Formats: sequence, C-alpha cells, structure tokens
Amino acid sequence: MGRRLTGFLWRHPRAQLGLLLSGPVGWLVIAYLGSLAVLFVASLWQLDDFSGEIVHDYGLQNFQELWETPVYRTIVGRTVAIAAAVTVTDAILAFPIAFYMAKVATPRVRALLVVAVLMPLWSSYLVKVYSWRIMLQESGIVNWLLEPFGLHGPGFGNVATWLVFSYLWLPFMVLPIYAGLERIPDSVLDASGDLGGKPWMTFRRVILPLALPAVVAGSIFTFSLTLGDYITPQLVSSTQFIGNVVYANVGIANNLPLAAAFATVPVAIMIVYLLIARRLGAFESL
Amino acid sequence: MHISDGTRLMLRIGTGITLAFIWIPLVVIGIYAFNESRSQAWPIEGLTTEWFSKAFDNPGVREAVWTSVQAGLGATALAMILGTLAALAVSRYRFFGRETISFLVILPIALPGIVTGMALNSTFTQVLNVDLTLFTIIVGHATFCIVVVYNNAVARLRRTGTSLEEASQDLGADGWQTFRHITLPSLRSALVAGALLAFALSFDEIIVTTFTAGSEQTLPIWIFTNYSRPNQLPIVNVVGLLLILISIIPVYLANRLTQDPTGTAAPGAGGAAAAASAH
Repeated sequence: MGRRLTGFLWRHPRAQLGLLLSGPVGWLVIAYLGSLAVLFVASLWQLDDFSGEIVHDYGLQNFQELWETPVYRTIVGRTVAIAAAVTVTDAILAFPIAFYMAKVATPRVRALLVVAVLMPLWSSYLVKVYSWRIMLQESGIVNWLLEPFGLHGPGFGNVATWLVFSYLWLPFMVLPIYAGLERIPDSVLDASGDLGGKPWMTFRRVILPLALPAVVAGSIFTFSLTLGDYITPQLVSSTQFIGNVVYANVGIANNLPLAAAFATVPVAIMIVYLLIARRLGAFESL
Repeated sequence: MHISDGTRLMLRIGTGITLAFIWIPLVVIGIYAFNESRSQAWPIEGLTTEWFSKAFDNPGVREAVWTSVQAGLGATALAMILGTLAALAVSRYRFFGRETISFLVILPIALPGIVTGMALNSTFTQVLNVDLTLFTIIVGHATFCIVVVYNNAVARLRRTGTSLEEASQDLGADGWQTFRHITLPSLRSALVAGALLAFALSFDEIIVTTFTAGSEQTLPIWIFTNYSRPNQLPIVNVVGLLLILISIIPVYLANRLTQDPTGTAAPGAGGAAAAASAH
C-alpha cells in the first residue's frame, strides 16, 4: 500500500505538490486569511444598545462613530505621530553602528556586533518594557543618573512611550541598514573622497541616497510595530493608543464590532505606507 | 577604504551609545532580580537569591510556566509540520502562485499584533463559538511561528540543491526513501534551529496571546497581571530574568546550528522580518 502510494506520487508530481501544500496553505488561508475576513465583517456589525448583544446587521456605523468622535481621532493622530517619531529616532541611532559594522569593523568585531544587536531583539519583549518602567519610575535609575546635573527624567507619558518604542524596535532598523550599506562598494565612497567630497558631503550625496531603500525597509517594522502595540503605552504612560482602545473594547466594554473597526485602521495605514515604501524601492531591500 | 580619524572616532562613539542603549535595560533587570528589598528604588540596597526560590515555589508562576511550555510545544510541533511542507513545496516545485506562499507565511507577523489577535478572537468567539483555551493559544502561536521554521528550511534547501536527491532517485530509491534518507537528514539541523526559534517566539508572545487566551495565563500574561502588585514585584523581576534567558538561549543555539560555514552571509531584513514575530 505504502509502495503503491509512493509510486503513484512519483508518477504524479502535481499530486505530490498538492499533498505538500494542502496543510500549510489550508491553515494560512482558512485559519488566517479567513480570520482577517471575519475581522472585516465583524467591523460592520453593531451592538444592541439595550441588550449589549452583537447584532449581525451590516452597516458603517462603527466607522462613522470612529470618525465623528474627537477622542478617537486624537488617538489615531497620537499613534501615528509617535510611530513617525520612533522611526526617525531609530534611523538616526541605527546609522552610525550600521556603518561601523559594514565598513569599519574587522570581520571578527562585525560578527560580535551582529550578535550584540540580534540577541536583545529576541529577548523577551514584555520584560524589556517592564525594565524601562523600573528605570523611568520616580526613584528609578534614570532620575538617579540625572540628579547630579540638576535634571529630572521624563517620568511616565508620551516621552517615555517614544523612548521605549525607539528602544524596542531599534534592532529592526540596524539590520536592514547594515545589509544595505554593505552592498555599497567601497570604491564609490573612495571616489567621492578623491573628488574632494568631505565626509558630510559624501554622506549626504552618496551614502544616504544609496542606503535610503534600506532605511525605508527598516521603517516598515518600526512603524508597523508601533501602530499595533498596546502593552508599552499601558506600562509607561497613561495615554491611549489605537491598540489600547481595541483591547479595552474587546475585554471590558465588550464592544467587539467597534474594536474590529478600529483594528482595521492600522491595516489601512500600513497599506498606504507599504505602497509608498514600494515606490521608494524598499521591497528590494527586504 | 579611507576613513578619517575624526569620522572613525565619531562612528565609534555612535556605536558605543547605541550598544549601551540596547543592553542597559537587560542588565538592569538582571540586577533587580537579585534585589534584597521589596522596594524597586535605585540604587538597590543589597543582593540576595531568595526571590528565586520564592518564584520557584509560587503556584501562579508554576502554573504559568507549565501553560507556556505546553503552548510552546504545541505551536512548535504544528509550525514544524506546516513550515517544512511549505518550504519543500516552494523550493522543489514550480507552480502558479509560488511567490504568494512566502508572502502568506510572513503576513501573520508583518501585520500589527492586535490585528492578528483581533481577527482570531472574532473568529473563535463569533463564528466558531469555541471557548478560549490552551488550544486557541496554540492555534494563534502556530500561525505566526510557521515563518521561522519555513525561513530556516527554505534557506537550507536552497543551499543543499537537488543533486543528492537526484542521485538517490537514479540509484533506485523511491520518493519516500529519498525523503527519509536524503532530504530529511540534510534538513535536520535547520529544522531543530527553526523549532528552537519557534519555541522562543511562542514563549515570549503576549499581544496575540491576550486575545486568544481567555482565562489561561502564560508566563508573559502572568507578568502583565502582576507588575502592578507591589508585593509580587521581586518575583516579577526573577520571572523577567528567566524569560530573557529562555528566549536568548534557544536563539544562541539556533544561530550555532545554522551558521554558514564560510561566515559570509549577512543577515538582512529577512532575519529581522522573522524576528518581528517576537511581537
């Protein structure tokens, strides 16, 4: 029986392929894409005002509510603004170390630096945020360090959220920029120097344009991850992000349709972002 | 390549600042795990290891560890099977929609965590009407763990090529024998690496988990419900250190297992994409 089956499969490579693909494609299409479809459908449902039960009638009232409620618009604006600030911060922080790894360090040091950047990326996300909470609290290490200079830390709030997000997603920016810079031939940089380009000029006119797709590739992660997070704002601030509203509506308020509608907002923003990123050639750097 | 001493110094300083920024919070949580006092003020007053035994004896922590281990093992097993099958199909066959598979596999981690979490939550509670249990956690984790197994397996299959498999067939082995004696052994270390990464990923995940866990508590969820209780903080610190170690050790081992012998492969954003799933 087993031999006959393998014989049949050997003669029919398409059947082999079908057998291989049915599991993973079935899972991803039915369990995952199917769920995404349910999410979009659920965003059109509504909550019965009296019973609090979900009514399976279709309409755009959830989106209307999101659009017309000022606080929701503020929350979307805040989330996008912090996501943009985090992206810029990470690009600035990532560039020197990525350039050092790609063009200056010896192979041994380079390998060490790759590990030094990768390891924290994988270590527990929640614990990293929690550690910042301990450091930023009133009697924490940040204020202790700043006190001799007569300064005071940011405490919990938007600044803390920006700082922690920048910390969390930094490795996602370092790695693509490093890979992008490594692809720039040394001769191009030498040519710029030989033609009289000062370091700053070389950076602005040669390195930056060539590395831009890699920066945009990294920014996809820093931007998308910030949009979808609700743990960090909860731990180091009292302000709300898109994620917090979604989470609160699923759990406490039990308004699943509104939560589903709000969850489609980051998807829409990311689609626009990805379209722009593709125009800038970021997909070749992924 | 010529780089002036001034620029070189600036790059060194920039690199140093970024490295310090990356590592200090991890070191800080490591120090706090040994903090003698219940107060979380800095500087800490003394060192002790008593919270480790307290954490070990804490029933909540024990239960959460067990839930996390079960979820990790279940998700890893599923992701291993699905990821390997998809990798074999993509690297050994040509078919319509081949490029779509890579996209489909990466989608669950490319989209923000709340989107994946909400989507699964709506499906479980509204369409399938199942209770949120360990099973639903495993389904959620498996969905975003497939990509790490898949990436590792695809990279290995690309590197080994098909000549050994063709030789095996020429020598009279059937498809199953070739798979068992040639393809699988050459994939083994890549699959072990993928499994370690998938487990680390699952063990650490919180965003999708909160939407699919119901009343179950994984270790990250235990931390999330206890960080605001002053009495529990010393134990939270110990669990934090434990979580860091449990997520770093598998990654280190996986790195050793898949190391390119020539040491030339640069990790691109593909690596970052795989790691993005950690969130």
